[in-house]
Order: sequence, then C-alpha cells, then structure tokens
Amino acid sequence: MELSPLLITLKTAVVSTIITFFIGIFLAYVVVNLKRGHGLADAIITLPMVLPPTVVGFFLLLVFGKRSLIGQFLLQFDFSLVFTWQATVISAVIVSMPLMYRTTRGAFEQLDKNIIYAARTLGVSEWKIFWKILIPNTRSGILAGIVLSFTRALGEFGATIMFAGNIPGVTQTMSTAIYSAVQANDYALAFNWAIALVSFSLIFILIVNYSKFNKAV
Amino acid sequence: MKLIVNIKKILRDFILNVNFSVEDEVLALLGASGCGKSMTLKCIAGIQTPDEGQIILNDKILFDSDKKINLKPQNRRVGYLFQNYALFPNMTVFENISFVAVNQKSVAENIKRFQLDGLENSYPNKLSGGQQQRVAFARILSSNAEILLLDEPFSALDSYLKWQLELEMKNIFKNYAGTAILVSHDRGEAFRMSDKVAVMNRGLIESFNEKHELFQNPKTLAATLLTGCKNISAAHIENDLIVADDWKISFKRSDLTKKIKFVGFRAKFIQYSQFEGENIFLMEVVEVIEDTFSFLIMVRRKNTNAKLIRWEVDKKIWHSVKAPEIYLYFPPEKIILMEK
Repeated sequence: MELSPLLITLKTAVVSTIITFFIGIFLAYVVVNLKRGHGLADAIITLPMVLPPTVVGFFLLLVFGKRSLIGQFLLQFDFSLVFTWQATVISAVIVSMPLMYRTTRGAFEQLDKNIIYAARTLGVSEWKIFWKILIPNTRSGILAGIVLSFTRALGEFGATIMFAGNIPGVTQTMSTAIYSAVQANDYALAFNWAIALVSFSLIFILIVNYSKFNKAV
Repeated sequence: MKLIVNIKKILRDFILNVNFSVEDEVLALLGASGCGKSMTLKCIAGIQTPDEGQIILNDKILFDSDKKINLKPQNRRVGYLFQNYALFPNMTVFENISFVAVNQKSVAENIKRFQLDGLENSYPNKLSGGQQQRVAFARILSSNAEILLLDEPFSALDSYLKWQLELEMKNIFKNYAGTAILVSHDRGEAFRMSDKVAVMNRGLIESFNEKHELFQNPKTLAATLLTGCKNISAAHIENDLIVADDWKISFKRSDLTKKIKFVGFRAKFIQYSQFEGENIFLMEVVEVIEDTFSFLIMVRRKNTNAKLIRWEVDKKIWHSVKAPEIYLYFPPEKIILMEK
C-alpha cells in the first residue's frame, strides 16, 4: 500500500495547524478588541466554515489561478500554486481557521474583563497582558481550537480537490485517496484509509482530552 | 494627593455629569445601582473614556478633552480595587504582586504588611475572600498607585464575611494617608469607611458633604432615601406649619424659612407618648411586624386613609404599651426637610 497520502495528510495538517494557530488567535484578539464592526468581521471570518468547501476551493482557484493577479505575479517566477502541495495547505488553512478563531474568541470573551482591566490599571503593557495573562488563562479554549482545526485539516476534502487536485504522491491526501479508491472500485483500500482517518482523529482528540494541559488553572 | 474630576459622558438612560475634588481623604460615592458611580471610577482609571471634561491627579492631566489628552490606564497610576479583586488566576500570590511591582523590594514588604506570609505560593482560587482582598491591596500598593479606587468592595459577600473584610480594610486605611474613593450603595458602609459622602442620582452628584452633616441633614429626596429614611411624605408650608400631605399631619417647628417639597422622619426617632400635646398625634396601628431586635409598627393618623408611617420600637416598650390606638411624638428637630 502506497503510504504517501498518509504522509501528505499529516504534513499538511501539521503545517496548516501551525499557520491557523497564529492567524486564528490574532484574528480573535483583533475582533474582540474592535470598537465597532464585530458582526461584519466575524461573519467574513466565519464564512469558510459554513460554505460548502467546493465553493471555497472555487474561490481559491479564482484568486490564485493562472489568470488572476496573484497567479500572473507568481508565473513571473515560474511558479503556480494550483495543484501543488502548498495548495493543500492553503485549502486546509482557509477551511480550518474559522474553528480556531471561533473557539479562541469564545475563550477570550469568557475571561473576566476585570482581570484585563486590573492589569492595565496596574501598569502592565498590552504585550505582556496578551502573553502572560490572556493566553495562559485561556489555554484550554485555545487547545480546543487546535484540536478542532487540526482534525478538520486532517479530513479536508472539497477545497483541496478543487484547488490542489488529487495527484498521487503530490497532493493526494487520505480523504482524496478514499475518493479515488472508491471510483476505482477498490473498497478495501478505501476502507483502510477511512479507518486510518477515524483512528487518527479519535486518538488525537483523546490525547488532548486526557492530557494535563487541558486542566483549567 | 489631590484629584480633580470634572467629566461628562452620555450613557444610555441619562447623562453622567460629575464635578468634585478630593485631597487626602476617603470619599464615598453613594448611590442606587446604575446611577453612574462605577462609571465615574472607570473614567478616572481610564477603563472608560468620558465624552468631555478633565481629570487631574496631582497636577498630572489624566484626561482633558480640550487638550486631547487621554492617558492610558497603564500611565495613570490609579489603583483600582475590583469587586471580585480580579487577581490573575494563573499566578501565585507572590507572582501576582511581583508581576506588577515597580521594585522587587516592595514585594516582600507588602507581603509582610498584608500578612500574606506562607501564602506566597498559593493560587488565588485557594484563598479566602479576605486573603484575596489583601493580595489585591498588596498588588495595588506595589504598583505604586497614587490613589485608591474601590468599586463596591464588599457587595458580593454575605454579611458576616463582609464585616470581617470591612474591619480589615479599615485597618489598611488607618495606615494609608492618601486619597481614596469608595463606591457603595450601602449607607452604613459609606458612613463607616469614609470622611465625605457624595450622593449620586442619575448621573449627577446631588449632595457633597462631610458624612455627619449628610446623615443629619440630607437635603434631597435621593439623599434621604439613601441614608435609609423609610418615612417620606410630600409636604408644604402653610401658616407656619409643615403640612405633610401624605401623612395628613401638620408639624410645628420654629425655623421655617426655606421652601420645602418633602419631609422625612426616621422610624427610630418617633417616640411613644402618654398624652396629647404639641407634635403628638393619635395614631391607629395598622400592622405589627416583629423584626430581629425591635418591632416595626405601621401606623396612620387616626380616622384618615393617610399613607402609613413606619415606627421602629424596642421590643420591651412595645410589649408594655401596645394598643390599637396610640399617641406618638415626632420631635420637631428630627424632621428632615427636603427642598427637592
């Protein structure tokens, strides 16, 4: 059995989760501190979560495709994103980021505002408040966001197949491999990948649920 | 340490418009909930921004709408004690204090001063309310605050614990020479803790007095209610008598110069009398309620349908005099006269 879909999936999920982690926390922090326009900002950031992934993939093709501005620019360096491994990462980031953003934002909002206000009146800089107070006191929420976005990235299908394709050894992930296997009537192979995906996701969630990091302070 | 506050802010139901100054004393802002007293503190601390005005602390301008100055809370050196103390949950007692301390020497000093020895490595959720309050104070003083703002420090507590914390806070105040503002809706707390009391009502300071002055002679209806007076009647002056319209009673009193709109009479100051006489009226007992250490007797002027008056009487006295009709004496000097 060719193992490349497993490696590509894991690589994609790990890299996209790292990117999602920073962008999601950053966006959550920005939106929570917005003076106005929460509703609109929140809706735009959440949209990829509720749209069909094919729609997301289609827009990614429009934005990064060879005829787009970005695509034209990249072509000057003889590079195209479409049907590359990087495209699987971008698809996974766009689709899983709202999960990171939403969970983190919820955790930020649940933290007693007075704790932040107290830190300010006590002279603590915003930077230190963020790293030493906000993040440590919301870490179980942030961890939940990591779990959700990682498992979402593991199973990403629609946007990936539209934007990155299903090229064995390059962009074929476990979920697209299942699709190909079923089309080729290879149910045994599809079953193996399906079991692999279920086990990975389940094990990952269990590890996090039972790890000591998830205990609230 | 002198603080001058003169600010305006449009709130949802009313306009906050306060103007006062305090210097080296404890001021209580007394008012019903939602009257703007906490908002005033938050504006001073920089957590909220007024629409216009100035806030000046010791010649340092914290806020000035004309000069476009609005210092960040970090640069104001205003210590704010939150109702729930807002300790950092992820830090131990020692870390809570040292994290904000200007110099590390003060950390050990304040741990000692607030009797926190032995608790340095405990997390806030393991501390009692009193211990949390002491940590919060130690933290504020280590951060070199120049003024203390206390936002309803005891209101979330049951009465026994409340009293313990109040005693502790009085001890802290004894060694604190600076300026402090206490926000409260509890008249007793305001009286016991402060030197001066400002009564707030719907965003305005209605009266600003030395505390004894306020409780003896609250000049407005809101102030009278806040000082705990239960008997209030609309009133006017007619033929040198104070006519309490709601009670259908006319009082005699010699010093009647001002126009008045309301009169008040504290339930405790009404006295039993055996005979009729000046400012003594025959009252009909409508209801008798037994309280912890006294009886609350609801009475009204005999043969009228006037508003009930609450009379608080010692249990022993009531047992010896109780009757369906009774003469009551209203000492004229105890009548509270309100102009608005």
